[in-house]
Amino acid sequence: MQFFLEVFIGGLLAGMLYALVALGFVLIFKASGVLNFAQGAMVFFAALTFVGFSDRLARWFGASPDASPVFWAALALTAAAMVLLAWVVERFMLRKLVNQPAITLFMATIGLSYLIEGVAQGTWGAAVHGLDLGIADEPVMWLLERYNLMISKFDLSAAVVAGVLVAVLALFFQYTKVGRALRAVADDHQAALSVGIPLQRIWVIVWAVAGFVAIVAGLVWGARNGVQFALTYTALKALPVLILGGLTSVPGAIVGGLIIGASEKLAEVYLGPYVGGGIDSWFPYVLALVFLLIRPEGLFGEKHIDRV
Amino acid sequence: MKLKKAWLTAMAVATVWGAAGSAAQAAEQYIGLPSYRVGSYAAGGTGVFGGWIDYMKLINERDGGVNGVKLVWQECETEYNNARGVECYERLKQHGEQQNVLFAPVSTGITFAVFERVAQDKIPLLSIGIGRSDTADGRVFPWVFPMIATYWSQASAIVGYLGQREGGMDKLKGKKIAVLYLDFAPGKEPFPVLDRLAQKWGFTTEKIAVAMPGNEQQAQWLQIRQMRPDYVILLTYGVSNPTALKTAARTGFPADRIVGWWWAGAEEDVVPAGEAAKGFVAGAFDPAGTDFPVIQDIQKYVYAKGQGDMQDPKRVGSVYYNRGVGHGIIYVEALRLAQEKFGKGKPVTGEQMRWALENLKLDEKRLEAIGAKGLMPTLALSCADHEGSGRVRFQQWDGEKWVPVSDWIEPDRELVRSLVEESAAAYAKEKGITPRDCSKEQ
Amino acid sequence: MIYREAGQFKASYEEDQQIFPIKQDRIVMAALVVAAFFVAPFVASEYWLQAVLTPVLVFALAALGLNILTGYAGQLSLGTGAFMAVGAYATYNFLLRLDGLPFLAGLVLGGLSAAAVGVVFGLPSLRIKGFYLAMATLAAQFFIVWALTKFPWFSNYSSSGIISAQRIEILGFAFDTPARKYLLTLAIVSLLALAAKNLARTNTGRSWMAVRDMDVAAEVIGIPLMKTKLLAFAVSSFYCGIAGGLYAYTYLGTVEPDGFGLDLSFKILFMIIIGGMGSVLGAFLGAAFILLLPVGLNVLMHTSVGVLVPATLASNLELIVFGVLIVFFLIVEPHGLTRLWQIGKEKLRLWPFPH
Repeated sequence: MQFFLEVFIGGLLAGMLYALVALGFVLIFKASGVLNFAQGAMVFFAALTFVGFSDRLARWFGASPDASPVFWAALALTAAAMVLLAWVVERFMLRKLVNQPAITLFMATIGLSYLIEGVAQGTWGAAVHGLDLGIADEPVMWLLERYNLMISKFDLSAAVVAGVLVAVLALFFQYTKVGRALRAVADDHQAALSVGIPLQRIWVIVWAVAGFVAIVAGLVWGARNGVQFALTYTALKALPVLILGGLTSVPGAIVGGLIIGASEKLAEVYLGPYVGGGIDSWFPYVLALVFLLIRPEGLFGEKHIDRV
Repeated sequence: MKLKKAWLTAMAVATVWGAAGSAAQAAEQYIGLPSYRVGSYAAGGTGVFGGWIDYMKLINERDGGVNGVKLVWQECETEYNNARGVECYERLKQHGEQQNVLFAPVSTGITFAVFERVAQDKIPLLSIGIGRSDTADGRVFPWVFPMIATYWSQASAIVGYLGQREGGMDKLKGKKIAVLYLDFAPGKEPFPVLDRLAQKWGFTTEKIAVAMPGNEQQAQWLQIRQMRPDYVILLTYGVSNPTALKTAARTGFPADRIVGWWWAGAEEDVVPAGEAAKGFVAGAFDPAGTDFPVIQDIQKYVYAKGQGDMQDPKRVGSVYYNRGVGHGIIYVEALRLAQEKFGKGKPVTGEQMRWALENLKLDEKRLEAIGAKGLMPTLALSCADHEGSGRVRFQQWDGEKWVPVSDWIEPDRELVRSLVEESAAAYAKEKGITPRDCSKEQ
Repeated sequence: MIYREAGQFKASYEEDQQIFPIKQDRIVMAALVVAAFFVAPFVASEYWLQAVLTPVLVFALAALGLNILTGYAGQLSLGTGAFMAVGAYATYNFLLRLDGLPFLAGLVLGGLSAAAVGVVFGLPSLRIKGFYLAMATLAAQFFIVWALTKFPWFSNYSSSGIISAQRIEILGFAFDTPARKYLLTLAIVSLLALAAKNLARTNTGRSWMAVRDMDVAAEVIGIPLMKTKLLAFAVSSFYCGIAGGLYAYTYLGTVEPDGFGLDLSFKILFMIIIGGMGSVLGAFLGAAFILLLPVGLNVLMHTSVGVLVPATLASNLELIVFGVLIVFFLIVEPHGLTRLWQIGKEKLRLWPFPH
């Protein structure tokens, strides 16, 4: 039982980390109907840019890369880079692709991901970096002592961060003017335009917000596994979460993440040994597929009504 | 329309490219390098090919080439992708008048993909630390050179190292060893050797798969925690290395009880794991360090003039970089030997190169003269043995750098060799190849 | 002037319905076929045959397969690589385990196996649409690659899951040189391309297009959705399976499951988008474009630009330019190269008096 709980809770926490990446997808899909495959590349770009800036800043000012002024300055610069990226994407890509079929937009974001990867590695080099956020990666001691449960302090903190982020985003969507505009755009582009919502500015904002989410995801995943190209693969972990939760639902991303995370880990432990293991490459996708057969728009996706 | 034009230009360049190469003069030795500098394995690719190119630059700068023959090379980006690798192989094959003399993709997948082509084109295939282990049988695979050590020798050396640590191979009896492997082609290559050794020495292995790319391993390490093994052998690559070490720390498994193969033993594999990697031991056939005279020379002749290949000069002397220098040394030494036999001061052909590789001997004295003593094990190849060494050294990460913790460890030659011959014979039978008779070769 | 159809009258239904109704088109096509079959093998260097022409043909076939599914029937799939893998591994196993099985029979059996797998993974398409379906096909992508790696039977117990293709022999004639392999590939691909072109003009093809344009409406007018969609999956996977077999046998010679990963699926999807959806010609143009663009860029980077900037930067620039060109192309001509081709034809028709 203790082992089951460990796996289960560990899976839930990992699921929150997947959800963190999935959030970026949801934001962009909601507002512009683009399934942004470059989100993984953005996570990588954000993390690498952050590490690159903190290295350079530390060297210029002779401070330690972990010093808090360096951290905040690097974070601000990275955020600026993400805004710039959002602006470039809107100005040179989205604006020119208005009214194109969704598949064209999807392919364009794959092209975009090559571009981002090339810029990231070309600017900062191919070296692999460590990243220390100051959260010790060790089990939570009192849980270990009292219940012999091994729960990672780092994952727990990351899950809290993800939760806070979702709450903030939900509030932002609900109560700010920009948030309302975003929702209006998500509901109906043309109607939004006709009541005078500046569509293009909204897109820049959404992509920038997705960029900020990518920074958070990049920092968390980078601190967990190192800042390297493989951060782009976090997107593959996020996709099943996305399908399961629905492409357009922020809470869906969280619920989907929890379901995928926990069941993936349980399957690997209890089912894996019978089929040779390593099944978490496909298990989440099959699980999501099964869910889709029951609810074709995901758990929280918008129901689509066809009219002939 | 503009795009079409650009495309046409690119194609035109592609066509004239072959012609452009013919400007090469006779006193140049060409080699094609299928490098990978972008994508998820870029850290490895830039390191290995950077070290190799820097060594060739050193030879050109310091010695004026090999007996006066300048070394020239052409790179081709493979992105670690098999199809692109094959295209590169074909493209690099011919360069003006000269044929490529050595193909080393430093990728198991591409090695496999060109595996049968090299024999037809007469270009030796160098696969140091990668590829198929049974190609060490030079009788069946005359054109393939899995030099220094194959996966099988390495697996045996890892078990040998564990035996040393326990104070004797017989102490391994009853031990439980978990094998955590990345679920890709090379990850499973060591299994046959591990299984036989387990039988021989009476330890048990428990194999646990990690799906590609391996950036999430909680389930696996919780299983390991349940299992309570004495050691964990780590057969992972890329991001799955730091992830494994981090997750091990998180589940309370001590890092010094984890032993990795050489694809887990670079700085890039441990630095991201931070504190969690301290004490981790990994195999190496190319220990890290800048103290080797050859590395010093590269600093002096190449980097001091600002001509180094590494974007970040701090990576000179890292594991991947030194592995590249090792590739360079083997290439240059084989060139030297081929020139001695077939004519000094003249470029060599692929066939001559093959002969030289097969007869290559690098003893302590020669390695010392090159300035690479300890950078690689001594080598002695023969017609039947295309591996030439099989020795692996183990080093431990102390949080800052790799520290050697063992001497060169010999594999269980008898066992590995019998497996090599068995597997090579099966291949020969399947493909209808008659193995060479080595007593007839000179 | 040259390209004019005036004076070509269609006197019968057959003439009206032929694939190339315009005489000049027929001549160009015939010339192309002759050049591909009788000139290229003798003129092209080994590099061109092995590393350019053969892969372009193989990928064109795979793109054709995906085009049937996505371009004609409107079902988005990201599992093309996996269906190719099924084709390659099935062909290998049929040839290995059935003694004396002719190569072509093995290839067709491989294609049929891929078709069967395709139907299974196509079942969800009856309920799921659009991106959700695309994500569902990812399940096929990851599951199949995993299964091929995991169960050693598929690779005849090779220690690392890698298979190495047997010699190709048809009626005692060995296809062992690059030129012969190219010819074999060309023959198979042209045959299947012709079949696809015709299939698209039959009842089946038209039902696919009806389903693509709106499946509810198609159902209302009496097109059986299940049969139509699954048939599209089957035919498409068959094409991909054959392409996979050729990929292993006439192109690479040795393949591993990881080589059929998601990247490959994306690459083929790019081919049909860039080439033009729902067009046979587009598959060929797209394959050539997507395969040769990186090669051209690579050559460019390492000859001209590569001299000026460090090699690592050159490789990254290559990636950047590739990404930019893709986006640029999608913006400039979202309907693909085929559309450019059509525009060119229209222009040529009016030339030299455009008014």
